[in-house]
This record gives sequence, structure tokens and C-alpha cells, in this order.
Amino acid sequence: MDTSKLTRIDDTTWQIDPTGDMRVPGIIFADEALIEAMDDKVAEQTANVARLPGIVQASYAMPDAHWGYGFPIGGVAAFDPDEGGVVSAGGVGFDVSCGVRSLLTGLTVADIRAVQERLADALAAQIPAGVGSRSGISLNRQEMDAMLVGGAAWAVEQGWGEPEDLERIEEMGRMAGADPDCVSEQAKKRQRREMGTLGSGNHYLEIQAVEKVFDAETAAAFGLVEGEVLVTIHCGSRGLGHQIGTEFLRDMLPAAAEAGIRLPERELACAPIHSPIGQRYLGAMRAAINCALANREILGHFAREVFDRFFPEHRLPLLYDVSHNTCKVETHTVGGRPRQLYVHRKGATRAFGPAHSELPEALRGEGQPVLIGGSMGTGSHVLVGMGTGGKGFYSACHGAGRAMSRHAALKRWHGRQVVDDLAERGILIRSPSARGVAEEAPGAYKDVDQVVEVAERAGLARRVARLTPLICVKG
Amino acid sequence: MQPTGWTLEPHDADVRVVGWGPTLAHAFEQAAVALTHVVTESCVAGREWLTVSCEAPDPELLLVEWLNQVIFEMAVGGLLFSRYRVVIEGEVLRATLWGEPVDRTRHAPACEPKGATYTALRVERVAGGGWVAGCVVDV
Repeated sequence: MDTSKLTRIDDTTWQIDPTGDMRVPGIIFADEALIEAMDDKVAEQTANVARLPGIVQASYAMPDAHWGYGFPIGGVAAFDPDEGGVVSAGGVGFDVSCGVRSLLTGLTVADIRAVQERLADALAAQIPAGVGSRSGISLNRQEMDAMLVGGAAWAVEQGWGEPEDLERIEEMGRMAGADPDCVSEQAKKRQRREMGTLGSGNHYLEIQAVEKVFDAETAAAFGLVEGEVLVTIHCGSRGLGHQIGTEFLRDMLPAAAEAGIRLPERELACAPIHSPIGQRYLGAMRAAINCALANREILGHFAREVFDRFFPEHRLPLLYDVSHNTCKVETHTVGGRPRQLYVHRKGATRAFGPAHSELPEALRGEGQPVLIGGSMGTGSHVLVGMGTGGKGFYSACHGAGRAMSRHAALKRWHGRQVVDDLAERGILIRSPSARGVAEEAPGAYKDVDQVVEVAERAGLARRVARLTPLICVKG
Repeated sequence: MQPTGWTLEPHDADVRVVGWGPTLAHAFEQAAVALTHVVTESCVAGREWLTVSCEAPDPELLLVEWLNQVIFEMAVGGLLFSRYRVVIEGEVLRATLWGEPVDRTRHAPACEPKGATYTALRVERVAGGGWVAGCVVDV
């Protein structure tokens, strides 16, 4: 990125000063190396978001930001409905509520090494991953609507999960305000056979070891012990969310024009929150959030079933489940007064600090776990929300972010070689597609350690532990 | 450049599909062929067929609608398509798609398109005649 047009605020904060019809500044959290590696499109898109009506405070980009559509991936923006604020389908993304959950196992690396090959095969057999995979769960019309309202709580009622999980999921496992009537028949049709499937691309199920603890007290409170093992699942709302994103992106284009909103780019299609289409989108998007929460709950259940065969004496309690692509109503103090805002996070994680009223009692002392996904060979991280500041409306990064295109990755790596190289490092990959593995090669991503270190220095979230992969089931 | 063809262009996180041909309909057909190649590099047989239609007020929006229609049929039917025939009349597109169910062993599908976007969306005539049509697809 050309930094000559940015104002450097401090070591990890860069400002795009308001020009033209920008209503607020753009803020990018990055150190010098990360900002130089970012595409110029990130600044362009961050500035474009700042032009939307009703935006509050600033348009933000997290340290893992990269070129998206409309909003950058890693973009955060909050809108006030009473000041003409908008809701944007492009500001949430196609994979609504794509996110990460981590389950504790209490097992050691040695326990896993003893059965690693067989465990990897069993997980690959049990977890439906990749294009064309089916879980065997098929929902009729009534079941679909119940799922869209009930989220993970619905999955638990069906026997695919544990009641104790729910308080460890954002929104207690069930997003309020979901309206299945706002979800098209096309979207429901797309989802009918996709419950309990992982998807493809950068979605995965990983068995990970706690390699290093940065914050012993918080790690202990979270149940993270060096040398012990977690199961982490990264996926989203599957076809239902994709179809909702597709349909509302299309329908918000004329809606924006009718509302007199001048769009810097068509991908920023949006509608006033106080409008029929804005309300319909919120009803549908919240249903898609519930779909993602239910999907991850079911996948967690599948993983538990496999672990139960190998380690019947071990339960797998949920550490936490967070979403990356959402628009949520939250109260934030801006200008000295609390305001109810519609916070868009696209490729960004909510990161509430200690004592936040929306956290369950068990986590209120430490703050919200912030789960940062890795990329097969690279590590993942557990962070915790910071108590003060609440930068970027209490948001943090969501992963490493891609450093190169799939195209460039395919030119550089062969899938078989990636699998073999990782196996030599003790990491077993199971994937239906060698090309998919090459496109997702660890080297195609930014350095996740650098990204989370900058997130910490910027005051977005604090590092708790670093995780390293042992097994990865890749879609 | 061949008179008819397709390519995949790099994008930070996703991929841009591009098709070209002597007519707008040919360019749209080739953009959809590119979409299949986002998923697989293997040969796809044209054993089954289905018809779809969509409409939009301008050619660029029509391309997005068309590709999203293909993505929908791929997802719901668990299908991959090898051949497309497109007819465009004004704002309306009608098409026939030939393909087969995904065979995970034979096709080794790499990733699943989620939706066609308005990013880098261009449908335009090129010098010497013909059309080029392309946009970024979220994968």
C-alpha cells in the first residue's frame, strides 16, 4: 500500500483523512510491514465505507485486512439508524456468520500422536468436507424454519450438541430477531442437505496443540494448558447464507438508489435500517447466523462422536464460538453517550472485554475469547478482548489474511507436496482436493504471529495462547 | 486471443472469471465455463441437462444473475457443468446447461463458489468485435 496518503497516528494506527464525501475518517490498524504488504484496495474500500450514510466514528480495517468486495475483508463499521444509518449485505459478506469454535479435550499431544493417523482418517470419514459432501441430515420445511429461529439451541434439542455449549456461543447460541419468512425458498432449498457440512476453501477442522501460553492467568481461566489439545472448527452458514448474500446484494442496489444513497461501488449496496428491505435483510441475516451456529454445533457433535471412539473417558467442553461476518445491534459509548448501533464486522471478530454484560458469567472475569484461525501449517491463536478502549467497536482480526491469490499459490505449490511437507512436520492433512490444498498452502497467508502481535499492540485484543496444528481436515 | 475462450484471473482472496466470444451470449457461456474451472480441472461429462432463465436491466447485472443461477444449480443439484448454451433477448437470458453430478474422486473439487460479485465486473465490446464478460466470484 502507498502510505504517502495516510496519516500515521501511532506505531499501529494509520488514518485516511476525510476527503470528498467521506463522512468519517478511515482507520487501518497495522504496523509498517503489514501496511506496506496490504493492497491499495484496502484503503480505497475503507474510505468508500466511510461515505455511507449514518456511519459513526470511523471506518476501520483490522491488521489482517485484504481486498474484499464493498467492505474490505477485515472491515468494521457501525451505523446509527436514527441518523439515516444503513445495513449492507456486502458489509456482512456471502458467508454470513462464518466463524470459529474451539473445544477443549484435556488430552495431551502424546495422546494424539499415539493414534494420529487413525484419528485423522476417522475425522475425515465423519466430517463432511468439500464440494459435493453431504452429512445425511435433511430438513423438511418445518425443521428448516425451527433451525433458522433456534440456531445452536435447536441443534442441541435435536441431540446434536450439549446444553452446556450454549452459554459459550455468541448470543447464547440463538440469535434473536431471526425471521424465516424473510429467507427465500431458494436459500432454504440450497441449505436442505447442507446442515453439518464443513464447506470448502479456507474452512477446516483442526486438532491443535497449545504450543505457548502468553497470559497464564487467562489461559488457566479458559482451560488452556501447554501441551494439551483442542479441536477447532472454521465454517459458516453454507448455502443458505451464500444465497441470502447473493439475493440481498442484488435487491439492495435499487433500494439504495430509491433511498437516494449514492454508492461509491455497487458492492456497497445497502438500505436504510429503517426501511422494509433493511428489516427484511436483518431478519434473513439473523436466520443465517442461526444456521451457522447450528452448523458449527452439529460439526462439534460429529467431532465429539469420533473422539468418543478413541478417548471415551474424555468430554470435549466448548471454549467458545465466535462469528466473523455479522451485523449486530450493540450499545457503544460514542461522543460521551451510549448509542445503539448496527455494527458490521466482515472478516473481523467481536472482542468484548471483561465485565461486558453480554458475556456469560463464566467469562465475565477475563473477557471474551477471540479465536484466530490459522492455515494448516501455520499456528492459530486464542486472544481475549481488552477491557479498555474498545477500539474499532471492540473488534479484532479474524485470521492471518491471504498474502497471495489462489492463482499465485497454485503456481508456487503442488497439493501433494504441501501434504508431504506438513506430514514431515507432524501435521496430517486430509482433503478431497490436492488443488484445494495448494490454493490454501500455509505460505499463501500472512504471518499470523505478526498479525496478532499487531492486534495486541494496537489494543484490539490481548494474546493468550498460540496453537499449532496436528491434524487438519480441509474442505 | 482465440475468438472464444475463458480464463481465471487472480484476486487477493477470491478469483475473477472471464469469458469472451463473438457475441454477448458466447462471452457469458465462456464465463460459466471458467466458473466450472474454479471448482475442478478435471473433465466434466455432459450427461444431464437443465434449463434456467434470469433477467436484469443491463448486461453487467445480467452476468452476475447468470453466474449466480449457475452457482445455485451447482449447489442444489450437486452438479458440475461442462457446456452451456445461452440466448439473450433484451433483459432476459435463457440457457441450457449440460453436466453431471460431482464425483469427488474423479473431479477432486477444489472449492465451492459462494456467489458472483460486482467486483471487477465488466461486460464490454472489444476492438475488432466480440465481447468480454467477467467478475470476481467469492469462493
